[in-house]
Amino acid sequence: MKRTQRKRKERLFLWLCRGATFLAVGILFILLFHVVREGIQWLDLQFLDNFPSRKPERAGIKSALVGSVWLIGLTALISIPLSIASAIYLEEYAPRNKWMRILEINLANLAAMPSILYGLLGLAIFVRYFDLDRSLWSGALTLSLLVLPVIVIAAKGAIRSVPNSIREGAYALGARRWQVVFFQVLPGALPGIMTGVILALSRAMGETAPLIMVGALSYIAFLPEGPSDPFTALPVQIFNWAARPQEDFHGLAAGGIIVLLILLLTLNAGAVFIRHKLQRYK
Amino acid sequence: MLSRWIDHAVHLVLLVCVVITLLTTVVVVALLGKESFLFFQQVPLWEFLFGTRWEPLLEPKSFGVLPLVVGTLKIVIGSIAIALPLGLLIATYLSEFASGRMRSAIKPVLEILAGIPTVVYGYFALTFVTPLIRTLFPDTQIFNAASAAIVVGIMILPMISSLCDDAFQALPNSLREGAYALGATQYEVAVQVILPSAAARVGAAVILALSRAIGETMAVTLAAGATPQMSLGFLESIQTMTAYIVQVSLGDIPADGIEYLTCYAVGLLLFVMTLIMNIIGNHFITKTHKLHS
Repeated sequence: MKRTQRKRKERLFLWLCRGATFLAVGILFILLFHVVREGIQWLDLQFLDNFPSRKPERAGIKSALVGSVWLIGLTALISIPLSIASAIYLEEYAPRNKWMRILEINLANLAAMPSILYGLLGLAIFVRYFDLDRSLWSGALTLSLLVLPVIVIAAKGAIRSVPNSIREGAYALGARRWQVVFFQVLPGALPGIMTGVILALSRAMGETAPLIMVGALSYIAFLPEGPSDPFTALPVQIFNWAARPQEDFHGLAAGGIIVLLILLLTLNAGAVFIRHKLQRYK
Repeated sequence: MLSRWIDHAVHLVLLVCVVITLLTTVVVVALLGKESFLFFQQVPLWEFLFGTRWEPLLEPKSFGVLPLVVGTLKIVIGSIAIALPLGLLIATYLSEFASGRMRSAIKPVLEILAGIPTVVYGYFALTFVTPLIRTLFPDTQIFNAASAAIVVGIMILPMISSLCDDAFQALPNSLREGAYALGATQYEVAVQVILPSAAARVGAAVILALSRAIGETMAVTLAAGATPQMSLGFLESIQTMTAYIVQVSLGDIPADGIEYLTCYAVGLLLFVMTLIMNIIGNHFITKTHKLHS
């Protein structure tokens, strides 16, 4: 092949790569623009302060928003201690053998399991077997199972990135293992762990399918007062509105999406901030 | 003395936490197995796997899962046809061509794309992509496979591009330098040297993305419809395995009926399919990771 031909091919390919990248960026902007254009007219204080309603102009996301906050709070309370403790054990205490490798593979598979299967699990175990019914407990426990492997994997990575010299130094000064772990390793790994936790919780915040499975109702005209109350959540409410044929409800769905995306972006920005400002070891 | 006691106690508490975490897997397998066993007592396995009519909610009932599998495959094939070429081009751009500043500007955008909840993609498919398709092909149904496949493609795009980017970045620079020294163009380096060298991990990325597309739920529930059928067209309504499970749970299901059990049979199939793909995908990634480091 002639050199000019090869050069032309190279230029074409470069533009193709560039084009694909800008297409992806463009898609994100189209998506955001579309959502904002459809939803912005529904977005006012009343929208935040009203309960869902059959009349679009009086419908709002108050119960969904409060439900989501309850849900994420409970999920955090359940999943954070469990997953960090598991990560510490797997990194600092567990023997390195064949079983541990199988455990790691198992963890990766759990993290990649379709979320709807967690929904089936929650429905059978929490809703039916433990008889928690369609309560916040059921939703939060299901979401906790879903985020557990994600946080464990992130926390394991953060703990592993703490240099061994830190541990050795502490041992040399006569510290016991728990002292090394809690006073040296954990503080060093904390920014990484927190980033993982925030990202996992923001994933939980957008999850819809498992909540539908455990019966997050979408018409709730009251606020939950405790974890045993029935609930709805923001993504479930969005799904409910988007699934209706009327245009006005699609607008409401877009309004709900704007609120959800703002919450998620805030959480993610927090994660990025922590990653940049606090990370000690890389 | 106290310190040693604490050491043992901490060890024990942590061990209990690990056991709780890992119980999830056991419970998932046991549960899907148990409920599916009850299902297969009423419906023969071969009828479920090879039957071509899925009509579990209406009389006369029929439990052939193939229409749901075909619907799922349409989404998977359509989405990967979009996400693989685009993802490879983006990964090549980020890893081989883009300046450091461009890279750090594009990567967060892809991360945001990956972090958008699936229900939002479902809304986007229904209110933006579908009308767009319908202006191009007027006889497209309101709920159709194409629209859902496109947004699922967008959804798995960041996953493919970032995994492939990692794969390209992991290759030693000497490969590139050798090829350039022989007079290769950037195109030739990217396509004839980098891509084949990273083939195993690119393959792993594709498998993991396929598994993600199989399990994708909300976008297909909202945009692809609820009509399980064995057809080849992309412009008509279909139903995927995941969408069926959601459809059943939206109605009030009695805990002892066959409808309730179908969910778990379909769920078991979904679990087995995604599990096999995830194991293969993760295996390739960790294996080649060790090879390079």
